[in-house]
Amino acid sequence: MIRVAVVVYPGTNCEHETVRAVELAGGSASLVWHRATSLGGADAVILPGGFSYGDYLRSGAIARFSPITEAIRRHAADGGPVVGICNGFQILCEAGLLPGALTRNAGLRFTSRPANVIVHRTETVVTRDYAPGARLCLPVANGEGRFVADSKTLARLRDNAQIVFTYAADPADNLIPGNPSGALEDIAGICNPGGTVVGCMPHPERVADPLVSSGEGAPFFTSLITSLVGAAPARLP
Amino acid sequence: MKFRAHIRILPRPGLLDPQGQAIAHALTELDFSEASTVRVGKAIEVDLEAANATAATRRVRAMCATLLANPVTEDFRIEIETRS
Repeated sequence: MIRVAVVVYPGTNCEHETVRAVELAGGSASLVWHRATSLGGADAVILPGGFSYGDYLRSGAIARFSPITEAIRRHAADGGPVVGICNGFQILCEAGLLPGALTRNAGLRFTSRPANVIVHRTETVVTRDYAPGARLCLPVANGEGRFVADSKTLARLRDNAQIVFTYAADPADNLIPGNPSGALEDIAGICNPGGTVVGCMPHPERVADPLVSSGEGAPFFTSLITSLVGAAPARLP
Repeated sequence: MKFRAHIRILPRPGLLDPQGQAIAHALTELDFSEASTVRVGKAIEVDLEAANATAATRRVRAMCATLLANPVTEDFRIEIETRS
Protein backbone atom coordinates (compact mmCIF):
# COMPACT_ATOMS: atom_id res chain seq x y z
CA MET A 1 0.00 0.00 0.00
CA ILE A 2 1.21 3.50 -0.80
CA ARG A 3 2.31 5.30 2.35
CA VAL A 4 1.93 9.04 2.79
CA ALA A 5 3.55 11.09 5.56
CA VAL A 6 1.46 14.05 6.73
CA VAL A 7 3.71 16.51 8.54
CA VAL A 8 2.45 18.19 11.71
CA TYR A 9 3.96 21.47 12.93
CA PRO A 10 2.89 23.35 16.05
CA GLY A 11 -0.20 25.14 14.74
CA THR A 12 -1.06 22.73 11.92
CA ASN A 13 -4.82 22.11 11.90
CA CYS A 14 -5.77 20.29 8.68
CA GLU A 15 -3.84 17.08 9.28
CA HIS A 16 -6.81 14.83 10.10
CA GLU A 17 -8.85 15.76 7.01
CA THR A 18 -5.70 15.21 4.97
CA VAL A 19 -5.13 11.75 6.46
CA ARG A 20 -8.78 10.90 5.81
CA ALA A 21 -8.52 12.06 2.18
CA VAL A 22 -5.44 9.90 1.60
CA GLU A 23 -7.19 6.88 3.14
CA LEU A 24 -10.29 7.42 1.00
CA ALA A 25 -8.00 7.45 -2.02
CA GLY A 26 -6.70 4.02 -1.05
CA GLY A 27 -3.43 4.99 0.58
CA SER A 28 -2.27 4.77 4.15
CA ALA A 29 -1.30 7.94 5.96
CA SER A 30 0.60 8.64 9.13
CA LEU A 31 1.24 11.84 11.02
CA VAL A 32 4.91 12.82 11.28
CA TRP A 33 5.96 15.38 13.89
CA HIS A 34 8.09 18.19 12.49
CA ARG A 35 10.97 17.37 14.87
CA ALA A 36 11.45 14.02 13.14
CA THR A 37 14.45 13.73 10.85
CA SER A 38 13.03 11.04 8.56
CA LEU A 39 9.80 10.45 6.69
CA GLY A 40 9.81 6.86 7.96
CA GLY A 41 10.02 5.35 4.48
CA ALA A 42 6.87 7.07 3.21
CA ASP A 43 6.37 7.21 -0.58
CA ALA A 44 4.95 10.74 -0.52
CA VAL A 45 4.75 13.65 1.88
CA ILE A 46 2.00 16.22 2.39
CA LEU A 47 2.45 19.48 4.30
CA PRO A 48 -1.11 20.25 5.41
CA GLY A 49 -2.84 23.52 6.16
CA GLY A 50 -2.89 25.47 9.39
CA PHE A 51 -0.88 28.18 11.07
CA SER A 52 2.55 26.76 11.82
CA TYR A 53 4.23 28.82 14.54
CA GLY A 54 1.19 31.08 14.60
CA ASP A 55 2.24 32.53 11.22
CA TYR A 56 4.71 34.65 13.24
CA LEU A 57 7.15 36.71 11.17
CA ARG A 58 5.73 35.36 7.87
CA SER A 59 3.61 32.30 7.12
CA GLY A 60 5.94 29.31 6.92
CA ALA A 61 9.06 31.35 7.75
CA ILE A 62 9.88 29.49 10.96
CA ALA A 63 8.48 26.08 10.00
CA ARG A 64 10.95 25.81 7.14
CA PHE A 65 13.76 25.42 9.71
CA SER A 66 12.14 22.37 11.35
CA PRO A 67 14.32 19.24 11.35
CA ILE A 68 11.88 17.43 9.00
CA THR A 69 12.67 19.92 6.21
CA GLU A 70 15.95 18.18 5.31
CA ALA A 71 14.11 14.87 4.87
CA ILE A 72 11.51 16.64 2.70
CA ARG A 73 14.30 18.21 0.63
CA ARG A 74 15.96 14.83 0.09
CA HIS A 75 12.63 13.23 -0.84
CA ALA A 76 11.98 16.00 -3.39
CA ALA A 77 15.51 15.76 -4.79
CA ASP A 78 14.98 12.02 -5.35
CA GLY A 79 11.84 12.80 -7.38
CA GLY A 80 9.46 11.79 -4.59
CA PRO A 81 6.09 13.57 -4.39
CA VAL A 82 5.96 16.57 -2.04
CA VAL A 83 2.64 18.37 -1.72
CA GLY A 84 1.90 21.55 0.22
CA ILE A 85 -1.65 22.69 0.87
CA CYS A 86 -2.28 26.26 2.07
CA ASN A 87 0.22 26.70 4.94
CA GLY A 88 2.12 23.77 3.41
CA PHE A 89 2.43 25.76 0.15
CA GLN A 90 3.69 28.75 2.14
CA ILE A 91 6.30 26.54 3.82
CA LEU A 92 7.47 25.08 0.48
CA CYS A 93 7.95 28.61 -0.91
CA GLU A 94 9.80 29.79 2.20
CA ALA A 95 12.01 26.68 1.99
CA GLY A 96 12.80 27.44 -1.64
CA LEU A 97 11.30 24.15 -2.85
CA LEU A 98 8.88 26.21 -4.94
CA PRO A 99 9.53 29.71 -6.33
CA GLY A 100 7.76 32.92 -5.32
CA ALA A 101 6.10 33.88 -2.06
CA LEU A 102 2.64 34.15 -0.49
CA THR A 103 1.76 37.56 0.91
CA ARG A 104 -1.09 39.36 2.66
CA ASN A 105 -4.36 39.17 0.70
CA ALA A 106 -4.99 42.30 -1.36
CA GLY A 107 -8.33 42.83 0.40
CA LEU A 108 -6.59 42.57 3.81
CA ARG A 109 -9.15 40.02 4.92
CA PHE A 110 -8.83 36.44 5.97
CA THR A 111 -10.81 34.85 3.15
CA SER A 112 -12.79 31.69 3.91
CA ARG A 113 -15.13 30.73 1.10
CA PRO A 114 -15.48 28.52 -1.96
CA ALA A 115 -13.33 29.43 -4.95
CA ASN A 116 -13.56 28.30 -8.54
CA VAL A 117 -10.32 26.79 -9.68
CA ILE A 118 -9.19 25.67 -13.14
CA VAL A 119 -6.79 22.75 -13.55
CA HIS A 120 -4.15 23.79 -16.09
CA ARG A 121 -1.62 21.04 -15.84
CA THR A 122 -2.56 17.41 -15.39
CA GLU A 123 1.00 16.03 -15.50
CA THR A 124 1.58 16.44 -11.79
CA VAL A 125 1.38 14.03 -8.87
CA VAL A 126 -1.92 15.55 -7.71
CA THR A 127 -3.75 16.37 -10.95
CA ARG A 128 -3.32 13.34 -13.23
CA ASP A 129 -6.84 12.13 -12.37
CA TYR A 130 -8.44 15.46 -13.39
CA ALA A 131 -9.42 16.33 -16.96
CA PRO A 132 -7.32 19.14 -18.49
CA GLY A 133 -9.18 22.42 -18.02
CA ALA A 134 -11.44 20.93 -15.33
CA ARG A 135 -13.26 23.54 -13.22
CA LEU A 136 -13.45 22.76 -9.53
CA CYS A 137 -15.05 24.46 -6.59
CA LEU A 138 -12.57 24.26 -3.72
CA PRO A 139 -12.58 26.05 -0.36
CA VAL A 140 -9.94 28.67 0.35
CA ALA A 141 -9.17 29.79 3.91
CA ASN A 142 -6.19 32.07 4.26
CA GLY A 143 -5.00 35.55 5.18
CA GLU A 144 -1.76 35.34 3.24
CA GLY A 145 -2.65 33.65 -0.01
CA ARG A 146 -1.57 36.21 -2.57
CA PHE A 147 1.05 34.55 -4.73
CA VAL A 148 3.77 36.90 -5.95
CA ALA A 149 6.94 36.36 -7.96
CA ASP A 150 9.26 38.59 -9.96
CA SER A 151 8.71 38.82 -13.71
CA LYS A 152 11.59 36.46 -14.52
CA THR A 153 10.21 33.77 -12.21
CA LEU A 154 6.73 34.25 -13.58
CA ALA A 155 7.99 33.85 -17.16
CA ARG A 156 9.78 30.66 -16.14
CA LEU A 157 6.61 29.33 -14.50
CA ARG A 158 4.69 29.98 -17.71
CA ASP A 159 7.37 28.58 -20.02
CA ASN A 160 7.68 25.35 -18.04
CA ALA A 161 3.91 24.95 -17.56
CA GLN A 162 4.41 25.12 -13.80
CA ILE A 163 1.10 26.91 -13.18
CA VAL A 164 -1.13 24.06 -12.02
CA PHE A 165 -4.25 25.87 -10.75
CA THR A 166 -5.69 29.35 -11.33
CA TYR A 167 -8.76 31.05 -9.86
CA ALA A 168 -11.64 31.94 -12.14
CA ALA A 169 -14.99 33.56 -11.52
CA ASP A 170 -17.93 31.25 -12.08
CA PRO A 171 -20.01 32.88 -14.84
CA ALA A 172 -23.09 31.05 -13.58
CA ASP A 173 -22.69 32.07 -9.95
CA ASN A 174 -21.91 35.65 -9.04
CA LEU A 175 -21.82 34.70 -5.35
CA ILE A 176 -18.45 33.13 -6.03
CA PRO A 177 -16.12 35.81 -7.39
CA GLY A 178 -12.75 34.87 -8.88
CA ASN A 179 -9.34 35.49 -7.38
CA PRO A 180 -9.87 35.63 -3.58
CA SER A 181 -6.44 37.01 -2.67
CA GLY A 182 -5.26 39.20 -5.53
CA ALA A 183 -2.74 36.50 -6.47
CA LEU A 184 -0.55 37.34 -9.44
CA GLU A 185 -2.14 36.08 -12.69
CA ASP A 186 -4.84 34.39 -10.58
CA ILE A 187 -2.34 31.72 -9.54
CA ALA A 188 -3.77 29.26 -7.00
CA GLY A 189 -1.14 26.53 -7.29
CA ILE A 190 2.22 25.82 -8.89
CA CYS A 191 4.67 22.94 -9.24
CA ASN A 192 8.33 22.27 -9.95
CA PRO A 193 9.21 21.60 -13.62
CA GLY A 194 8.78 17.83 -13.13
CA GLY A 195 5.36 18.12 -11.47
CA THR A 196 6.52 16.19 -8.40
CA VAL A 197 6.52 19.11 -5.95
CA VAL A 198 3.17 20.90 -5.88
CA GLY A 199 1.77 23.69 -3.73
CA CYS A 200 -1.75 25.08 -3.75
CA MET A 201 -3.69 27.52 -1.59
CA PRO A 202 -7.18 25.91 -1.87
CA HIS A 203 -8.07 22.94 0.35
CA PRO A 204 -8.93 19.83 -1.71
CA GLU A 205 -8.91 17.70 1.45
CA ARG A 206 -12.01 19.52 2.71
CA VAL A 207 -14.04 18.36 -0.28
CA ALA A 208 -12.55 14.89 -0.74
CA ASP A 209 -15.17 12.90 1.14
CA PRO A 210 -18.40 12.54 -0.90
CA LEU A 211 -20.32 11.84 2.32
CA VAL A 212 -20.02 15.46 3.43
CA SER A 213 -18.94 17.38 0.33
CA SER A 214 -18.88 17.54 -3.45
CA GLY A 215 -16.01 15.05 -3.59
CA GLU A 216 -14.25 17.30 -6.10
CA GLY A 217 -11.06 17.17 -4.09
CA ALA A 218 -10.87 13.36 -4.19
CA PRO A 219 -8.96 13.10 -7.53
CA PHE A 220 -6.21 15.26 -5.97
CA PHE A 221 -5.47 12.38 -3.61
CA THR A 222 -6.19 9.47 -5.97
CA SER A 223 -3.72 11.14 -8.35
CA LEU A 224 -1.08 11.03 -5.65
CA ILE A 225 -1.70 7.33 -5.03
CA THR A 226 -1.94 6.29 -8.69
CA SER A 227 1.19 8.26 -9.62
CA LEU A 228 3.04 6.10 -7.11
CA VAL A 229 1.36 2.82 -8.04
CA GLY A 230 2.73 3.42 -11.52
CA ALA A 231 6.18 3.80 -10.02
CA ALA A 232 5.81 0.79 -7.74
CA PRO A 233 7.75 -1.82 -9.76
CA ALA A 234 10.90 0.26 -9.48
CA ARG A 235 10.46 0.61 -5.73
CA LEU A 236 9.39 -2.94 -4.85
CA PRO A 237 11.93 -5.59 -5.81
CA MET B 1 30.55 44.18 23.46
CA LYS B 2 26.81 44.43 23.65
CA PHE B 3 24.82 45.83 20.76
CA ARG B 4 21.22 46.41 19.88
CA ALA B 5 20.29 45.98 16.23
CA HIS B 6 17.33 47.93 14.90
CA ILE B 7 16.07 46.16 11.81
CA ARG B 8 13.55 47.72 9.46
CA ILE B 9 11.86 45.44 6.97
CA LEU B 10 9.72 46.86 4.16
CA PRO B 11 7.94 45.31 1.21
CA ARG B 12 9.89 45.71 -2.01
CA PRO B 13 9.00 48.85 -3.99
CA GLY B 14 6.61 47.90 -6.75
CA LEU B 15 5.10 45.05 -4.78
CA LEU B 16 1.46 45.63 -3.93
CA ASP B 17 1.23 46.67 -0.27
CA PRO B 18 -2.49 46.61 0.60
CA GLN B 19 -1.88 47.74 4.20
CA GLY B 20 0.07 50.76 2.98
CA GLN B 21 -2.65 51.58 0.48
CA ALA B 22 -5.38 51.38 3.11
CA ILE B 23 -3.44 53.68 5.45
CA ALA B 24 -2.66 56.14 2.63
CA HIS B 25 -6.37 56.26 1.85
CA ALA B 26 -7.23 56.90 5.50
CA LEU B 27 -4.65 59.69 5.75
CA THR B 28 -6.10 61.39 2.70
CA GLU B 29 -9.59 61.15 4.18
CA LEU B 30 -8.28 62.68 7.43
CA ASP B 31 -7.08 65.77 5.62
CA PHE B 32 -3.44 64.71 5.28
CA SER B 33 -3.66 65.00 1.54
CA GLU B 34 0.08 65.66 1.29
CA ALA B 35 0.73 62.01 2.17
CA SER B 36 1.30 60.08 -1.02
CA THR B 37 2.81 56.62 -0.82
CA VAL B 38 2.62 54.68 2.46
CA ARG B 39 4.31 51.36 2.99
CA VAL B 40 4.00 49.12 6.02
CA GLY B 41 6.65 46.71 7.23
CA LYS B 42 8.13 45.41 10.44
CA ALA B 43 10.55 46.73 13.03
CA ILE B 44 12.60 44.12 14.86
CA GLU B 45 15.09 44.69 17.69
CA VAL B 46 17.77 42.12 18.40
CA ASP B 47 20.18 42.40 21.33
CA LEU B 48 23.46 40.63 20.67
CA GLU B 49 27.09 40.36 21.65
CA ALA B 50 29.84 40.81 19.10
CA ALA B 51 33.52 41.80 19.00
CA ASN B 52 32.72 45.15 17.36
CA ALA B 53 30.02 46.98 15.42
CA THR B 54 31.20 45.61 12.07
CA ALA B 55 30.96 42.05 13.29
CA ALA B 56 27.53 42.76 14.80
CA THR B 57 26.29 44.17 11.51
CA ARG B 58 27.60 41.15 9.63
CA ARG B 59 25.78 38.74 11.96
CA VAL B 60 22.52 40.69 11.85
CA ARG B 61 22.68 40.86 8.05
CA ALA B 62 22.98 37.07 8.04
CA MET B 63 19.96 36.83 10.39
CA CYS B 64 17.95 38.93 7.95
CA ALA B 65 19.01 36.91 4.93
CA THR B 66 18.32 33.60 6.69
CA LEU B 67 15.09 34.23 8.58
CA LEU B 68 13.96 37.76 9.28
CA ALA B 69 13.28 38.97 5.72
CA ASN B 70 12.02 37.17 2.65
CA PRO B 71 14.32 38.14 -0.24
CA VAL B 72 11.47 37.59 -2.73
CA THR B 73 9.25 40.27 -1.24
CA GLU B 74 11.15 42.35 1.32
CA ASP B 75 14.14 44.69 1.73
CA PHE B 76 15.80 45.35 5.07
CA ARG B 77 17.92 48.04 6.69
CA ILE B 78 20.03 47.62 9.82
CA GLU B 79 21.17 50.16 12.41
CA ILE B 80 23.53 49.06 15.16
CA GLU B 81 23.45 50.76 18.54
CA THR B 82 26.28 50.21 21.05
CA ARG B 83 24.93 49.21 24.47
CA SER B 84 28.17 48.90 26.46
